[in-house]
Amino acid sequence: MKRKLLIDKAGVPGIASYEVYRREGGYRSVEKALKSMSPDDVVEEVKKSGLRGRGGAGFPTGMKWSFLAKPEGVPRYLLCNADESEPGTFKDRYLMEHIPHLLIEGMIVSSYALGANTSYIYIRGEYMWILHILERAIAEAYQAGWLGKNIMGSGYNLDLHVTPGAGAYICGEETALIESLEGKRGNPRIKPPFPAVKGLWGCPTVVNNVETIAAVVPIVNDGGDEYAKIGIGRSTGTKLISACGNIQKPGVYEIELGLSVEEFLYSDEYCGGMKNGKQLKACVPGGSSVPILPHFLVTKTAQGESRLMSYESLADGGFQTGSMLGSGGFIVYDEDQCIVRNTWNFTRFYHHESCGQCSPCREGTGWMEKVLHRLEYGHGKQEDIDLLWDIQAKIEGNTICPLGDAAAWPVASAIRHFREEFEWHVNESKLSQQRNYGRVSEKTFVNATA
Amino acid sequence: MPDQHNHPESQLQFSDETLKLIATLTAQYPDGKQKSALLRVLHLAQLEFGWLSAPVMDYVARLLHIQPVEVYEVATFYSMYDTKPVGKVKLEVCRTGPCMIEGAEKIVSYIEQKLGIKDGETTADGRFTLKTVECLGACGYAPMMQVGEHYHEHLTEEKIDRFIADNA
Repeated sequence: MKRKLLIDKAGVPGIASYEVYRREGGYRSVEKALKSMSPDDVVEEVKKSGLRGRGGAGFPTGMKWSFLAKPEGVPRYLLCNADESEPGTFKDRYLMEHIPHLLIEGMIVSSYALGANTSYIYIRGEYMWILHILERAIAEAYQAGWLGKNIMGSGYNLDLHVTPGAGAYICGEETALIESLEGKRGNPRIKPPFPAVKGLWGCPTVVNNVETIAAVVPIVNDGGDEYAKIGIGRSTGTKLISACGNIQKPGVYEIELGLSVEEFLYSDEYCGGMKNGKQLKACVPGGSSVPILPHFLVTKTAQGESRLMSYESLADGGFQTGSMLGSGGFIVYDEDQCIVRNTWNFTRFYHHESCGQCSPCREGTGWMEKVLHRLEYGHGKQEDIDLLWDIQAKIEGNTICPLGDAAAWPVASAIRHFREEFEWHVNESKLSQQRNYGRVSEKTFVNATA
Repeated sequence: MPDQHNHPESQLQFSDETLKLIATLTAQYPDGKQKSALLRVLHLAQLEFGWLSAPVMDYVARLLHIQPVEVYEVATFYSMYDTKPVGKVKLEVCRTGPCMIEGAEKIVSYIEQKLGIKDGETTADGRFTLKTVECLGACGYAPMMQVGEHYHEHLTEEKIDRFIADNA
């Protein structure tokens, strides 16, 4: 049986309203937690569940929560990261648009676990209409007594607010998000101190992704052990995947972790296979930042094992032959797509979104964009490919925040797997302006890496 | 109603409704942390005054009891804020990877041709501005553009024609 814990009821008419959401069993987790569990009990269930951060990093949520400092007399904050800006990712939007009370319920029960009395949802500014949906839902939750003072007579108080960004990818990085929430430019902070010690206004703070917070609801309802039964190995539970690109059925799907990539990509229940009878050329399985995989490494690992939709299996082979689950932004490319053009496009994105604090990222993303533009438009030289490799290697690991790595990985993986196509752009520069290269053969790949 | 391109300081005043909303927003933060409302207030200012001129930013600074430079640095950092005049209707077309492979470039060229402007420009009558933007989180419904608070998805030339006719 395929279980859906988050968006199963997204299609119920009127589920965005409090009345219907409550009738469908909503807010049970808050009742349960506030009546029969201590905050530490909730943290314990989350630890048992094995839930890992759904924003992209995959860090164990229970562990993140247990790092939260608890000095006497200092407020603690829970911030929800709804900045969803990773190209290919549109899952949180789906959840918030269709079933906003699930996020609010998750915020209440998670805030209770952390001892936060004021919590904020930071949502990207472009999702302003969803901000209004959330504001309405929050007002309903106050009205029904799930927010405010002495919730359900428990003595626990919580205020919840939603606040917008204004168009900056970098604010999805948790310390940049905190800066932005303080009304400043989104420049990431140097860590340590980590937000768990010094976060919003210098107070201990936890930042969690929308989907992570929503997942706390079924974990509290059914228990962490039950949740951990779903999935495979250290990839427990369900995951929202937003699928896009050259597939039959783009959209948001909730999968049990451990589903095979083959089934996800080709079955009618999910992506429905390639569009227009084309062949798969490549796939970026976890948002634009994760390494791109050539077609022969998408459904199978380098060892020939079936590739699964899990943190471990997608990363199998490291960056040599694997990728990452990331944010769940699953981008599929058919044989007509140009890898050089796509890499240039993504690099332009990172250049545009670099906050400018660290020279390797600020300058390096611009250089890479320039070199890739040259290659794509037929003016590239052979040494440009090595130059690109050199720049990305000098960005990776040399910046305050992971945006540098996120900019480097797509370039590194594109060169690693599609060097032949880059060289073709140099050697056949005229032809490269007229048609695309097509698929790279597995044989060439093996020779190139041998 | 203040002129769209000029903001004489004496005429700068949010509507009563907006001022009430701003009071609610600033109350969401602890005492002394009202600056946290800045991003939202700048969105409201842009909605009401068309764009963020220096007088508008100075007005926002006075409202939130912060220095003007604190507003300038935020207004220039975030891509949604216009620190130059724009048309009444701003078409923001996503240009990032997933939209590109679904034909965003063709959509941009079509709009450029139809309105006789380039990316970043405004029509002579001040009606339309075209701007390409980075990923808006609509990758499965590409190509797409944002106009105000609305997403227009699965864009086609026919949809563009209709939109421009409806908003001319």
